[in-house]
Amino acid sequence: MLSMIMNKKPAARILAVNSILFFILCLLPLHLQAGPRGQPKEPIVFEDPQVESDYLELSEELRCLVCQNQNLIDSNAELADDLRREVAKMLKKGNNKEQVIEFMVDRYGDFVLYNPPFKAQTILLWAGPFVLMFFGIFILLKKIRAGNEEKNTDSSALSEQEKEKLDAILKNK
Amino acid sequence: MKKQFMTPLIIFGLLVVLLVVGLMKAKYVRDVPSPLIGKAVPEFSIPTVEDQQKVFTNKDLIGQVSLVNIWASWCVSCRAEHRLLNVIAGQGIKIYGINYKDELPDARRWLSAYGNPYVKSAHDITGRAGIDWGVYGTPETFVIDKKGMIRYKHTGPVYQQDIDEKILPMIKQLQAES
Repeated sequence: MLSMIMNKKPAARILAVNSILFFILCLLPLHLQAGPRGQPKEPIVFEDPQVESDYLELSEELRCLVCQNQNLIDSNAELADDLRREVAKMLKKGNNKEQVIEFMVDRYGDFVLYNPPFKAQTILLWAGPFVLMFFGIFILLKKIRAGNEEKNTDSSALSEQEKEKLDAILKNK
Repeated sequence: MKKQFMTPLIIFGLLVVLLVVGLMKAKYVRDVPSPLIGKAVPEFSIPTVEDQQKVFTNKDLIGQVSLVNIWASWCVSCRAEHRLLNVIAGQGIKIYGINYKDELPDARRWLSAYGNPYVKSAHDITGRAGIDWGVYGTPETFVIDKKGMIRYKHTGPVYQQDIDEKILPMIKQLQAES
């Protein structure tokens, strides 16, 4: 690459060097992103497969508070990593899943759960779809019944007068 | 208008209302309601940024109305609110800091460069105290009453409006409590 640059005329050489410098500058800000600095972290290792499966289950079920549409296991946020480690630590100490969930809810509220509990505040969340479904079925049945009634009292049916008229026409044929 | 058009129209109207309300509230969606409000501050005892021989504990927060501000030198929005914290600290409001996941030299440099509004700051290098406080992003500001109970939480940088309309009135009200 160097010889390619050197072979060019001075103006072209400056241009080439400048564009390379510019390219390098473009890469720089990637390293300057704000965030807490820290040592590269140890991977989380489990000896007990049961603890590991509990850990994986919880990390799927708990929400990352920073990237709010990701769960702990998906999120790359610093806090998610801290919380994953906290979950792993608690499980290894012998806490059960319910205790870990309680720990998280005490600090971050029900919001941290992707599987929210059934209670007064969340009744709309749980019951809403069923209420809507029954409402829809109710409307549908009503429509069908109304349609049936219309069929029974068919307005296209002939009146007595019309029947006589029709008979007359048919006879004349 | 024919009756058969009314039902979809009403449903459409209701949907519009629902969506508009959702949009208006959208900017608050990121705020996670804190379950800690009305509860005692979590227990902690952490060496301070200013002097590693001294500690900041939850007991320091009992007996006065105070603010607890979670900050870090790497946090850009913390710089945005820092001037205001200096101003209200100058007016006599007690502000305690929790320096969240920060290196000691960085934190000290920050305080000497931008001023130190804090009575003291805990050096929470691991972020473990942050988890107990339900911190999910810096800066966060808590209002603590005389009994050491958390009464209010503000997420994100505080602006003049937040101070005037929420935080200062809240502090006044809590100071009036026995």
